[in-house]
Amino acid sequence: MSTMTEAKRKVVLGLGNLLQKDEGLGVQALKLLDSQLGEQSDFELLDGGVLGLNLLMIVEECSHLLILDAVNIGKPAGTVVELTKEQIPLYSGIQLSQHQITFQEVLGLAKIRGFLPEYLHLVGIQPEDISTGLDLSPTIEMALPEVVSRSVAVLKSWN
Amino acid sequence: MTTQRIVIDPITRIEGHLRIEATVDASNTITEVFSSGTMVRGIEKILVGRDPREAWAFAQRACGVCTTVHSFASIRSVEDALGIKIPKAANLIRNLMIAQQYVHDHVMHFYHLHALDWVDVVSSLKADPAGTSAIQQKISSWSKSSPAYFADVQAKVQAIVDSGQLSIFANAYWGHPAYKLPPEVNLLAVAHYLEALDWQRDATKIQTIFGGKNPHPNFVVGGVPMPIDLNSDTALNSNRLSIINDSINNMIEFVDQVYLPDLLAIAPYYLEYGGFGEGLGNFLTWGEFPGGDNSDVSKFLVPRAVILNRDLSHIQVPDPNDFAKMQEFITHSWYDYKGGDLAGLHPWKGETTFNYTGPKPPYDYLEVDKKYSWLKAPRWAETPMEVGPLARVLAMYAGGHAQTKELVNLVLTTLNVPVTALFSTLGRTAARAIETKVFADSMRTYYDDLITEIKAGNTKTFNGDKWEPTTWPRHAQGFGYMEAPRGALGHWIVINNGKIENYQMVVPTTWNGSPRDNNGLPGAYEASLVGTPLAKPEWPLEVLRTIHSFDPCMACAIHMVDAEGTEVGETATGLNICFR
Repeated sequence: MSTMTEAKRKVVLGLGNLLQKDEGLGVQALKLLDSQLGEQSDFELLDGGVLGLNLLMIVEECSHLLILDAVNIGKPAGTVVELTKEQIPLYSGIQLSQHQITFQEVLGLAKIRGFLPEYLHLVGIQPEDISTGLDLSPTIEMALPEVVSRSVAVLKSWN
Repeated sequence: MTTQRIVIDPITRIEGHLRIEATVDASNTITEVFSSGTMVRGIEKILVGRDPREAWAFAQRACGVCTTVHSFASIRSVEDALGIKIPKAANLIRNLMIAQQYVHDHVMHFYHLHALDWVDVVSSLKADPAGTSAIQQKISSWSKSSPAYFADVQAKVQAIVDSGQLSIFANAYWGHPAYKLPPEVNLLAVAHYLEALDWQRDATKIQTIFGGKNPHPNFVVGGVPMPIDLNSDTALNSNRLSIINDSINNMIEFVDQVYLPDLLAIAPYYLEYGGFGEGLGNFLTWGEFPGGDNSDVSKFLVPRAVILNRDLSHIQVPDPNDFAKMQEFITHSWYDYKGGDLAGLHPWKGETTFNYTGPKPPYDYLEVDKKYSWLKAPRWAETPMEVGPLARVLAMYAGGHAQTKELVNLVLTTLNVPVTALFSTLGRTAARAIETKVFADSMRTYYDDLITEIKAGNTKTFNGDKWEPTTWPRHAQGFGYMEAPRGALGHWIVINNGKIENYQMVVPTTWNGSPRDNNGLPGAYEASLVGTPLAKPEWPLEVLRTIHSFDPCMACAIHMVDAEGTEVGETATGLNICFR
């Protein structure tokens, strides 16, 4: 195995498909967070899109990783949710052999390999509409500032 | 005779939803197959009315696996429409990025998506590490080959199994009688599965450097975004070139020492797959790796070709702009055409009007005598085609590419199988490894050529002559090709008054996974499974082996979430959480 670089990156990772309205809320929230954090932040803000396995190397290089994503928790659309490291499911539902490589599995692989970030946290929103389109639904748009303020609080607690 | 229908849904390990319904007879042999894309997306609709120069940025978001390929197909479609030629150095850089994408994608497909159909991870726990070590040392000079190394890997797998969380190894099929590898070979493959994860870290450096940023690289109509300046910190400089050089060496080494030897070590246990899984015998490539001019087909490394009925002596060169031959049909697809259900449309005249007439989910079976898929049925001269590695290797072989011929003959000789074994699941899997070797080696050539150009002072990477819309004709249309790792990809663009008027993407999985067409002819997946025997129909591992040999990717094969059938959250990255 190649020598691992020391896990020291501090990253905020926005996830989701920008072409599917609320599915892309993590990436949209990232942009809003970026405009508020300004230059002095020592966190890298990365748009992870729907890259799946290709994000493994970024995850494994992190000491601190904050994930912004659409989360299905069966709550009303627009509900903001936070998950701690212990609460984030590292594995998707296990079904035959043909499951998709989801971001949970990327986290699961990082754990297996012993490179799960020491500090890991998720801020997300229950999405409303994930049909094709570039705009967020109004409910989600209204919830974005809360995601940003909670994210800022998480980053502060980490510093 | 009793028959039963088995359903596998979803079948891809990557994004998207592919469903296979197969009928098996009393002897558990597949007699009839229907392949359906059960999710639809509408990226084409998002592109209409936009600036053609920005189309790539939207197209690359169609799928997390295929960002690079859609970006290239998109910018090439605009360059074709507007007659833009790119500088030589830019072409070499693009070829390097495309070749890197193949090598990266194929290695990851082999170890992380396809291997688990052939390799029994749990069985590797029974292996004698010394035996695995002996095999490794026999098949290549790869340095990670000691008994202690494999014992260490085995301990890691044991820990994963003991934790009860198999994660990506999760598979209900462990212990299936169709797994044939000895434990020692299983352990070898599992070790390389884990090594490939480290390898990809280095392999992606080329995209990061040339694209200017990671994870979503930049692209530009007219060339590549990164300038060349050996003395600049922000340009392609000596330091970055040296990183690329090392990365190419590492990629070639892994292909030579690990991927190809593993293929040849695993294949002998599955030679019966050289006898089925073929399907159509018709192959199409749009071609790849231009010699300089995007549109000069004669200088491609992978020829643009149509092969019919396995006949490698009569190669046609398909014209993607041929309205009578390049057509998409919707007879069995959930769309409407103004011209009716039997009409075929060229992509420049393509229509994307949804018409879901299928059963309301959840359902047991699709109505396969009617419309049953969100995939259209692309056809060449009303003939279904297979696209992908096998099509490309056959095109290079028929075109007389020396290294391809050598590698094909090496594989056939080593496995002691006849040339007809190429037309099979085994042949398709071997073709993927063969072209990986060809393209990995081509990176060395492109890199050396790039250095030669730079030394000669040819450092221009962008042609801005036609950047401004004022220089464009009022109406233009173009075709952007890209041999994506999983097969021929085409973007057809129509530009009117500086804006996109129509945009159609015909992606590899639409060719291979298409439903039946206006003539009732099946697509490649559908044809390939007929005749396949199943050891345990309730665990249809054999179906997965053949379907995965095509490397399906459904995310961009179809267009827009099905309002009828898809629940919020059942998407690729959205987290699904049940608080129970």
